[in-house]
Amino acid sequence: MMTTSSIAKEENISQLKPLQQETICPTAKMQAINVDAWFGQKQILKTVSLTVKPNTVTAIIGPSGCGKSTFLRCFNRMHELVPNSKMTGKILLDGKNIYDRQMDPVQIRRRVGMVFQKPNPFPTMNIYDNVAAGLRLTGAKKDTNLDDIVKRSLEQATLWDEVKDDLKKPGTSISGGQQQRLCIARAIALQPEVILMDEPCSALDPIATAKIEKLVIELKQDYAVVIVTHNMQQASRVSDYTAFMYLGELVEFDETSKIFENPKNKLTEKYITGEFG
Amino acid sequence: MINSYGFRKFKNRFFFIICAMCVVIAVVPLASILFEVVTRGAPQLSLTFLTATASRGGIGPAIQGTLILIGLTSLIGVPLGVLSGIYLSEFGNNKYAQSVRAINNILTQFPSIIVGITAYGIIVITLRSFSAIAGVVALAFIMIPIITRTTEESLKLIPNSIREASLALGAHKWRTTLSVVLPSAKSGLATGVLLAVARIAGETAPLILTIAGSRYFFQGLNKQMAALPLEIWKNSLQSSPTLQAQGWGAALVLILVVLSINIAVRLVSRSRMKT
Repeated sequence: MMTTSSIAKEENISQLKPLQQETICPTAKMQAINVDAWFGQKQILKTVSLTVKPNTVTAIIGPSGCGKSTFLRCFNRMHELVPNSKMTGKILLDGKNIYDRQMDPVQIRRRVGMVFQKPNPFPTMNIYDNVAAGLRLTGAKKDTNLDDIVKRSLEQATLWDEVKDDLKKPGTSISGGQQQRLCIARAIALQPEVILMDEPCSALDPIATAKIEKLVIELKQDYAVVIVTHNMQQASRVSDYTAFMYLGELVEFDETSKIFENPKNKLTEKYITGEFG
Repeated sequence: MINSYGFRKFKNRFFFIICAMCVVIAVVPLASILFEVVTRGAPQLSLTFLTATASRGGIGPAIQGTLILIGLTSLIGVPLGVLSGIYLSEFGNNKYAQSVRAINNILTQFPSIIVGITAYGIIVITLRSFSAIAGVVALAFIMIPIITRTTEESLKLIPNSIREASLALGAHKWRTTLSVVLPSAKSGLATGVLLAVARIAGETAPLILTIAGSRYFFQGLNKQMAALPLEIWKNSLQSSPTLQAQGWGAALVLILVVLSINIAVRLVSRSRMKT
């Protein structure tokens, strides 16, 4: 097996022409255009462009440290919360750049929900309050029918049957897989337009993973989903489009079947076939 | 090989015994103080002792004064301290906060007599009399840095993933801090407040220079006031055995006051955790 650096040398990654993309795709739900991102002096993303279509699952794959999580966090302006971080380029949501001056990051995050790598339910809240938290924290009106929203969100996250009798139990008292579905329910309770998932199964066992994957496929009926994963099988199972990233650059982006069956780039092929990673 | 394993086992036991002995040595003075205070102070306790003025052999004004001091100081110190701690922890990624943090750390270890003399210089001299309010201000100076620091420390222990979860839902920073971060840090906050209350309840030096003691019940914020530490200090200097005994009684009462506040706050913060 070749080491990562020797692969990089062979393909001369730095000479790879990034997919320069200026044209705005009118049917896209979200579109990243020439995104660069830094932590301090270290450049994490190099001119990355990507289109997210409505009602699809887009997977971002690539070896650890290739910038996929950072890229995902640019989609709901979470990247800028890290001290010393910087970002240039555009990310469009329904054709409007979310980094425009008049755009409020808080509003963007309400429209673009996020599920994190490790399940992170609020430890001081019970299951019900965890799901209702998004609405309460963003100033829901007093007459909002929280009961219905909580029930619907938990049902959509396929968790309702497991917790309907324990809604008053702490959110952290259920299993890891259930906690992650609780976090998904918490995200969809706000009825976002896009859901970002940052390796949502990496802390879970295979059975819990299978449940989340099934859920991801169901979620695309209502939302556009972007999922970061280092599990290629997972990407091929759940996604419609796949982006392969390497060392901060987007190497290849296409329909998932094409990426896995007939990749255009040699580096993609090598990663898919497990020659490095 | 057998020998070396035996030696390792011996070392294991040896260090356990050393640690256990150190605990005993550390606890002995503490236990002897408690024992002394309880055995000498307990015979004093009676309804008259707890409620009457000094002329009838009681420490009522001192208990009242200490409770007023704790209450008013907390009223000023807890909000100021907690809010400053929140600022340092959640918004404190700048030069201004760094210098505030450094000054605050110095203030937590400031000799209380200097705080007292400052309050004396600023308030007592301006008002031209010792006053309860001067004592409250002096104790607040002592309380605020302690609470600021413990608040900052306990908020920093809350994992960032919790903050991110809230921010990613579209909550504002302030809302996140108030509804998500603070409740998670509740027990740490309570500990900090209790530490500060225990500290100010026992402070004596600043009180000598500010409230100066009194034989009467509360007269007004601009008048002299009694307090338990002053009572202990004054009585223990007397030659009369009766007054000395009253000093021990006051010492026991002071410990009980701090203890009961401690228990009360713990109960309140725990019962809120459950819901």
